[in-house]
Amino acid sequence: MARLGTLLCALAFGATVAATPPARAAETVKVGVILAYSGQAAASVKQMDEAINLYMKLHGKELGDTKLDLIRRDDTGPNPDMAKRLARELITRDKVNLLAGFYFTPNINAVAPLATEAKVPVIIMNAATSASIRLSPYLVRVSQTLWQQSYPLGQWAGHHGIKRAYIAVTDYGPGHDAEAAFARGFTEAGGTVVGHVEMPLKNADYVPFLQRIKDEKPDALFVFVPGSRDAAALMRAYSDLGLAAAGVRLIGTGDIVPDNELAEMGNVPDGVVTIGLYSAVADRPANKAFVAAWKAEYGPDAVPSPFAVGAWDGMAAIFHVVKAQHGKIDPDRTMQLLKGWRDDDSPRGPIMIDPQTRDIVQNMYIRKLERVNGKLANVEVETIPMVQDPWPKLNPPK
Amino acid sequence: MSQFLPALVSILFHGLAYAMVLYLAAVGLSVTMGLMGFANLAHGVFAMAGGYLTITLMAALGVGFLPALAVAILAVAAASVVLERTLYARLYTASEIDQVLFTIGLVYMATAAATFFWGPSPQHLALPAALQGDIPLVGRQFPTYRAFVIVMGFATALGLWAGIERTRFGAMIRAAVDNRAMARSVGIDTDRLFSLTFALGGGLAALGGGIGAEILSIHPAYAIEHLVYFLIVVAVGGMGSIRGPFFAALLLGIGDTACKYLFPEIGAVFIYIALFILLLWRPAGLFGRA
Repeated sequence: MARLGTLLCALAFGATVAATPPARAAETVKVGVILAYSGQAAASVKQMDEAINLYMKLHGKELGDTKLDLIRRDDTGPNPDMAKRLARELITRDKVNLLAGFYFTPNINAVAPLATEAKVPVIIMNAATSASIRLSPYLVRVSQTLWQQSYPLGQWAGHHGIKRAYIAVTDYGPGHDAEAAFARGFTEAGGTVVGHVEMPLKNADYVPFLQRIKDEKPDALFVFVPGSRDAAALMRAYSDLGLAAAGVRLIGTGDIVPDNELAEMGNVPDGVVTIGLYSAVADRPANKAFVAAWKAEYGPDAVPSPFAVGAWDGMAAIFHVVKAQHGKIDPDRTMQLLKGWRDDDSPRGPIMIDPQTRDIVQNMYIRKLERVNGKLANVEVETIPMVQDPWPKLNPPK
Repeated sequence: MSQFLPALVSILFHGLAYAMVLYLAAVGLSVTMGLMGFANLAHGVFAMAGGYLTITLMAALGVGFLPALAVAILAVAAASVVLERTLYARLYTASEIDQVLFTIGLVYMATAAATFFWGPSPQHLALPAALQGDIPLVGRQFPTYRAFVIVMGFATALGLWAGIERTRFGAMIRAAVDNRAMARSVGIDTDRLFSLTFALGGGLAALGGGIGAEILSIHPAYAIEHLVYFLIVVAVGGMGSIRGPFFAALLLGIGDTACKYLFPEIGAVFIYIALFILLLWRPAGLFGRA
């Protein structure tokens, strides 16, 4: 798959290059984009790639003479070896100035030492484990962290009548973060965690796990699973087993209700509450413009997801550093430019890169899954303004 | 203790549903591997195709679930004969590594084709009203759909068993699995037999893929993602056996579900530990002949 993917990318890339007239003695900035184009996260990554293309199309002119070369590579899934090999090739052979993308935590963790060694700034567009950012001073994250979502959600749950909660997360870095963060927020708000389960990363059917949870009869089930296929399978198990009717509310991170996949989820029961950085139906003017551009490009039924917004803002960050340096990328200057960078007009609301942690600061929204004009949507009901990742304060660097 | 019986019923129920999907999807692979000695790693593609066809017929043309499933099975069976005659037949005498490379290539092509036509998202099977909702069983509610999958799985297993053990066609298959050269020398047209068996295996896989689409969801990576489970069922059951994969699927489906329910911490590795121990104990599988 990897080879086929690479080949297709190379062909597509070659075609793009061939179609472009030669630039007039201008700077070229090369950005290596490493994402899981195939495998279990392919649906979410397609969104990210579409966001990248749309950003290039709408904003490409802003770069003037500078040429931005995106070199795309497929790391196929949670596959650190492959991600590291691809990053090494991009750095040594293609001589990229920046790296971007990274859907899965293990992959960025494997690449971080290379970024330090080669002094290549990396814009993380998805991977959401808090600790990853400390693995290299050349990392910046524009997506989110699980702590940023799960800790406030735990507090919200404790303050909204949920006394006993069960935690079910996928058994890898982000899942462990989600579990620890939710448990901390929830118990601080007076709730009790009655049980927890870590589910394998490669898991097709969630029914056995959820049946066990149903038998425990908690007030709520808090869930984190990576998006795409796992979100759909989880939601299906939740409705199939009738957990809602049994009085178990489903709450979780936005990953279980990706906006672009809601239409295919089938009979999802009402009342699912999630926390997230972005909803496609949000009322902000910047978001309305973004969604309109998205639909104009990808069709009236296309809906952007939070994954798309992560990649979109990642492109905004890349454009910021390219424009400020007129195409001559210096790694340390780039990091200076990214620290404290802010955009008040992101589709998700105002965002800022914390200069200390290099992690994103952004609004978090509590959303209810409801039908809007007959279509399932994440309706924002509460805004928690400018949330910093709580993890670094709780875990100061040694 | 009052929780014990309902828990046991839960495990058995969900384990059986999972087992039946595994069985339907993998039994064809067992027959073709045993009969033709062909390592067809692309077997999951037939299951995936069955799933996609069923879902598409229902969504695009408004066909009912069962008719859509029937059309999908026939279409996949027919397509598998075409593939067998045009592609697979050329590799019957090739080395195993050639067969593996060829069939894995087919998997990648199918994955790319599925992504092209249906996109990377998992496809949702809109179940008919009769299969939605719950049925009560020993004081608990269970999804009707999964009960239907279990019944269909058992019915298919029974039908297959009767077909292989009690009909002339079955006797010919058994003869060819046992000794191909002898079967040919007594006048059995093994080429035709291979094609028919291949079609049967493809059709069964399509049934498993279509009927199980709400348990093992249909998406482009289906064939590669579940390949290891299909191979485990075949290896544990014993190649060329009809009974073998059934009991292997039961063992793995129920065992896997029980572990995920009772000991979720180690639930994921059960299937591999079981495989390891079973194959140490019986290298040719439960019903295979060394």
